[in-house]
Amino acid sequence: MEDILNAFVLLSNFVLIPALAYGSQLALGALGVTLVYGILRFSNFAHGEIMSFGAMSAILVMWGFQASGVSIAPLPTVLLALPFGILATIAMLLIVDRSVFRYYRKKRAAPVILLIASAGVMFFLNGLVRFIIGPDDQRVVDGERFIIRVREFKQMTGLDQGLALKTSQGISVLAAIVCVGLLFWFLNHTRSGKSMRAYSDNEDLALLSGVNPDRVVLYAWILAGSLAAIAGTLYGLDKSYKPFTFLQLLLPIFAAAIVGGIGSPIGATVGGFVIAFSEVTVTYAYKRFLAYMVPDSWAPEGLAQLLSTDYKFAVSFMILVIVLIVRPTGIFSGKTL
Amino acid sequence: MIVVDDIHMHFGGIRAVDGASITIEKGSITGLIGPNGAGKTTLFNVIAGNYKPTSGHVYLDGEEITGLKPHELFQRGLLRTFQIAHEFHSLTVRDNLMMVPAGQSGESLMDTWLRPSKVREEEERIRAKADEVIEFLEIPQVADELAGNLSGGQKKLLELGRTMMVDAKIVFLDEVGAGVNRTLLGTIGDAIRRLQQERGYTFCMIEHDMDFIGKLCDPVIVMAEGHVLAEGKAEEIMRNEQVIEAYLGTGLKNRPGKSAANPDGAAPSESNTGEQAS
Repeated sequence: MEDILNAFVLLSNFVLIPALAYGSQLALGALGVTLVYGILRFSNFAHGEIMSFGAMSAILVMWGFQASGVSIAPLPTVLLALPFGILATIAMLLIVDRSVFRYYRKKRAAPVILLIASAGVMFFLNGLVRFIIGPDDQRVVDGERFIIRVREFKQMTGLDQGLALKTSQGISVLAAIVCVGLLFWFLNHTRSGKSMRAYSDNEDLALLSGVNPDRVVLYAWILAGSLAAIAGTLYGLDKSYKPFTFLQLLLPIFAAAIVGGIGSPIGATVGGFVIAFSEVTVTYAYKRFLAYMVPDSWAPEGLAQLLSTDYKFAVSFMILVIVLIVRPTGIFSGKTL
Repeated sequence: MIVVDDIHMHFGGIRAVDGASITIEKGSITGLIGPNGAGKTTLFNVIAGNYKPTSGHVYLDGEEITGLKPHELFQRGLLRTFQIAHEFHSLTVRDNLMMVPAGQSGESLMDTWLRPSKVREEEERIRAKADEVIEFLEIPQVADELAGNLSGGQKKLLELGRTMMVDAKIVFLDEVGAGVNRTLLGTIGDAIRRLQQERGYTFCMIEHDMDFIGKLCDPVIVMAEGHVLAEGKAEEIMRNEQVIEAYLGTGLKNRPGKSAANPDGAAPSESNTGEQAS
């Protein structure tokens, strides 16, 4: 019995909790991608860099707070800076939209043109971010690092296996729940949200009925920018902030959006967790888990790891390919909000 | 009420509308018929602002509206419906209707947060209106159904309902009867008639069902090859030699004349065969 408990704790510590936190971050990122796709009808490759920009802005403001001794300990200071990061991201997105995307929108350019334009924006933002904050790793976390520590957990339960719950993980999951809840409430119960869904459903009819397209697009950017800044900051808080990682993060985020059905917010949320759990479970070494679960003589000698962690992005690729072959519309057959 | 003056609409070398002039009287139900390719839908698209005409003018109550955008015309009470019904398929029927009135304060984030009571009041008013429209169209059983799940005919009713949400002055119906069963067509016809009589609507409709046209429309305008061929009462039109020729070519002259004299039943199917023949 104790072995099973130990095995479960082990799995929670190395699979369940990290995947939940990572899944929350991916879900928030994928929601932004899906919203932009639903309203503006193109895949926004710049989304990863937008997350990066948001996180960077939050970090810059955080440094300001730290320098002037403002703190909300035990919570990380970056949370206090996050609203400023969100505002900066929204402002940046609106500038980008004005100067780039709006031109193509007015010309009614094909989605693929907008997609290529967004790749340009991606490189621009990437350069801008590195120019401002540099290419190095930045430590974001401060305040109380753990909600539950390994030693405390062991003392509390008397088990051999310890369990740690980082503050950043707790915050990620909590933030995802709150953001997703607010977003769904907004889309389903407010006039503006319904206009967005209507616009996403049938653009011609929405225009005809006097839905203001500029306003809908503005809301889409505001929502996408807020979600991106939150997702980027949480990712930076959980791991560390490094501008280059966001280029890699783009893949799991798009995979999440597409797996769930691009354009569908529920799909993006579920997709985020599907991708995160696949990545973590496939790259986890089950050796110690199996050692608890099976008799000693059966215990594996190797790591019992399906794929090295180096290949974790290959997992998203695989899922992406499989979904596009088997069910191209995604789990929730997207296209509309 | 609507004056269309010498509209030309060319797509490359194709003259889809080639000098059409029509007048739609206030309070009338004007039918617009003609063989496929006659330019009816193109003319609709020009009037409703979907296309900017190559040349020519459109006036609404004496004011020029040529080239205005669909939503600008919508604000002036000029609405159109589509051959294939449009709807917001992931919204309920009631939400579809409530979507319509433009410039609702709930669409502004500022008002949503800062003046919730105003937004709620307005929302209540629009909801009451939507319920009234649902009542009028006799579709209360589907009020909370997603519009995507409606039958083709119910979607057409929903299109009519949409025009009622803004108290339209003039509505352009593009083949409202296409693919709708007899019973529902009757309901739609009744709704159109009641809207005209009780609410002072003006309609202009493209239609292929001669029976439907004959019962509802006065006058009927016939288009062929991009211009107006004839105009008059439904019975006259159906006996008009030129019209019959445009529909059927020469040689079959007498058949539709007979079916027009026969008030119901056979007429629509014959007009359909005629159309395929043309």
